[in-house]
Amino acid sequence: MNAPAVAALAAGAPRPVLRERGQREVFCGLTGIVWLHRKIQDAFFLVVGSRTCAHLLQSAAGVMIFAEPRFATAIIEEKDLAGLADVHEELDQVVARLLARRPDIRLLFLVGSCPSEVIKLDLAKAAARLDAGMRPRGVRVLAYSGSGIETTFTEGEDACLAALVPEMPQAGNLGQRLLVAGSLADVVEDQFARLFADLGIPADVLPPRRAGQLPPVGPGTRVLLAQPFLGATAAALERRGATVLPAPFPFGARGTEAWLAVAARAFGVSFDRFEAVVAAPRARAERALARHRPLLEGRRISFLPDSQLEVPLARFLAEECGMVPVEVGTPYLHQRYHGPDLARLPEGVRLAEGQDVERQLDRVRADRPDLVVCGLGLANPLEAEGLTTKWSIELVFSPVHGFDQAGDLAELFARPLVRRQKLAALAPEAAT
Amino acid sequence: MKLAAWTYEGPPHVGAMRVATAMRGVHYVLHAPQGDTYADLLFTMIERRDHRPPVTWTTFQARDLGADTAELFKAALRDAHARFRPEAMLVGASCTAELIQDDPGGLAATMGLPVPVIPLELPSYSRKENWGAAETFLALVRALVDRSRRPSPREGRRPRVNLLGPTALGFRHRDDVTEVTRLLDTLGVDVHVVAPLGATVADIAALGEADLDICLYPEIADSACRFLEKSFGRPTIRTVPIGHLATCDFVREVAGHLGLDPAPALAAAHARLPWWSRSVDSTYLTGKRVFVFGDATHAIAIARVARDELGFEVVGLGCYNREFARELRAAAAEHGIEPLVTDDYLEVEARIAALQPELVLGTQMERMIAKRVRLPCAVISAPVHVQDFPARYSPVMGFEGANVLFDTLVHPLVMGLEEHLLTMFREDFEFSDEAGPSHLAASHAAQHAAAQPQIRPEPVAAQAAADGLVAWTPDAERELRKIPFFVRGKARRNTEAYAAARGISAITVETLYDAKSHFSR
Repeated sequence: MNAPAVAALAAGAPRPVLRERGQREVFCGLTGIVWLHRKIQDAFFLVVGSRTCAHLLQSAAGVMIFAEPRFATAIIEEKDLAGLADVHEELDQVVARLLARRPDIRLLFLVGSCPSEVIKLDLAKAAARLDAGMRPRGVRVLAYSGSGIETTFTEGEDACLAALVPEMPQAGNLGQRLLVAGSLADVVEDQFARLFADLGIPADVLPPRRAGQLPPVGPGTRVLLAQPFLGATAAALERRGATVLPAPFPFGARGTEAWLAVAARAFGVSFDRFEAVVAAPRARAERALARHRPLLEGRRISFLPDSQLEVPLARFLAEECGMVPVEVGTPYLHQRYHGPDLARLPEGVRLAEGQDVERQLDRVRADRPDLVVCGLGLANPLEAEGLTTKWSIELVFSPVHGFDQAGDLAELFARPLVRRQKLAALAPEAAT
Repeated sequence: MKLAAWTYEGPPHVGAMRVATAMRGVHYVLHAPQGDTYADLLFTMIERRDHRPPVTWTTFQARDLGADTAELFKAALRDAHARFRPEAMLVGASCTAELIQDDPGGLAATMGLPVPVIPLELPSYSRKENWGAAETFLALVRALVDRSRRPSPREGRRPRVNLLGPTALGFRHRDDVTEVTRLLDTLGVDVHVVAPLGATVADIAALGEADLDICLYPEIADSACRFLEKSFGRPTIRTVPIGHLATCDFVREVAGHLGLDPAPALAAAHARLPWWSRSVDSTYLTGKRVFVFGDATHAIAIARVARDELGFEVVGLGCYNREFARELRAAAAEHGIEPLVTDDYLEVEARIAALQPELVLGTQMERMIAKRVRLPCAVISAPVHVQDFPARYSPVMGFEGANVLFDTLVHPLVMGLEEHLLTMFREDFEFSDEAGPSHLAASHAAQHAAAQPQIRPEPVAAQAAADGLVAWTPDAERELRKIPFFVRGKARRNTEAYAAARGISAITVETLYDAKSHFSR
């Protein structure tokens, strides 16, 4: 087994965390639909919400999708609120119209929103009723909440996957199987599948690409989280008897190696076999990272809270690219899942959980890091103040996990710095 | 409950944000849950604004609902005032906060802030973005205008007017304001206040000093203009100067009200559209069948340009904002066509599929539809997209706006000369049909069409071919393939209609040419 990686897993001393409550500049969980509907190809996501929900989805996804999307919003209207219309009857009609138009759909999610939750619309009950009616037609109906009052950005995926867990078939007593939880780009998922096959580890993925391919779960299931925001999914899997393996997240050469090593250890893979399988892709990742390291080394970086990927990414940038994290803000800091990456962060990093955006921007202005990772609403205003930014959402939408994306991941952080250099003559200070 | 995949308009509080963001010294405190802050990126990304919108969000979460969300709102308002020191504040609720009924306006009134605080009541479950913008602008004008201020005597000064309606995230508002300001200058008229775009609280107070109000964007400024008419007893110019002819009308109307001679301004116009359109190269534009859809003001104006300034045939006209349905229906009647008033893009798609126009003039939504049905398209109206904020000067109002419109409406079409070449070479083996016109990247479109998921059309979307009982014989189908792709849809539709009307069940080559002679103009 890989000794350095295992040693690094030892939990460090607890670090001070700045906890803030104020204005949060983050997406709600509905945003996850943008990538989830691409991942589960025969699923449809029906948000039961307001015009605001529809507008959010369109603003977050609109420019990227030209085909008819597999998501829509059932917009609650005045007459629904006034009790003039039976909301459940209305919902049934909307669903009937939708499924008539899209006979290819096999799984329908009713997705709760802020308004549906405030008016206490029971979507779980509605889903159960619709599910009973639709099952003979081969369509399943499930519900989860992507509302902003309940979920922050990537927590929407967590809620969606957690809703799938009770539907997973019971695993027989056929020994251990690995379950990789968290949606990944297909290309990355295929790379991991090859690595696990080469290691001799039987592995499944959640979510599956098709609704009918839900993997089995049971006491023999060992779960490796591919994303750091899946606390509810992990808990649901544990309720089904599965065991979650704590690991750093698979970013970069060392992160991916450590993540795979945790699985290898759980499945009793020999050190020699592990080395034989990972040596080549790890070397490729290291070569790819070496190209970006000169530009990133010593550069100071701050993360504003967004996706919960902040801690693992800061670990990657500090440990593998030589960057200096100044502030790492995250919407939620889960010691249990973020612990292995936290332990590998350098001393002196300011950790912040939650957000008060105005105060956080004050700190960014005082720190003046070389790179600020932030949401789309803040990026251009910060650029106009002379700071260099990286859109955080790209880190969620792009394939960045695993050995063969390590270079791409580093490049995402290098690109804004390279661009600033290339366009130096256009900067306002250059004109004076 | 209404099913929506795409929407033309955002919620009303986004309209309020467009007004607040357009102005200077105004700050908007919105009671809203976490996640609603996505709206900030519309301004910073689509319009590339270099400042955050002047909006503070309470971003409450589930745990706050059990506690005191009203207190949360008051703290946010107090902090926003202390940090940003605005000259006036707007307070309101988004859809979710509307349901919890904390009454932001009432809470703000108890706090005694030293600036005007204007409450906004924007019902999210029945109204939309444009209405929200109009209501916000009206509320600001009503609260801030100084009713004692009147125009000074006209002697010794040029007349001055207010330009009302431009906002942040408006379709070409930035350049329209510049163009209309220049146009008025050639007429000897000064612009007193532009609002909301760039206006301060002091500017709004001084609105009464103008000689005339110009309602540039009725969707946003109509209700404020009515209020000013009543308050100051002066008329509003409501002709929207989109297109060459409408711009001439506008100049004459402004001149008439102010007692000026319009002739010099009309003579000084750098108007290329009239000659570009009359030149023989443009002959091929004659009778092109166009479908127009957008906000009512832009759709109506563009339909006039299409028919009277380019010689197109307007076969469809519609808008997504019901508030202006009456105006749109009147315009459609004038064109002798069925109006389409809907905010359901599937209905728009069905209408386009049924009408088979040669050109679609619409919003970004119609651009997507046109891509799917492989029709050329130009964007003429909001909702906006990053492409609608070009780096170059690109108004749609005034004489330069008409020049821009000529290019915008003509460039998506196959050029006249290219059309002749297509006819000449259509039998050439290398000139494959499937290649399509290069500017549409149709080879990609064909692949996309193949990769598209199976979609069962709605009953209304069913094409004429599907519900008629006419079939094409193989010979006729082959002959149809010889017709250039850009008129083939029309030929197919006409032939089928011709056959159906005569009870012909099998279309032969003869039927095809009979239909051609029947429909020939």
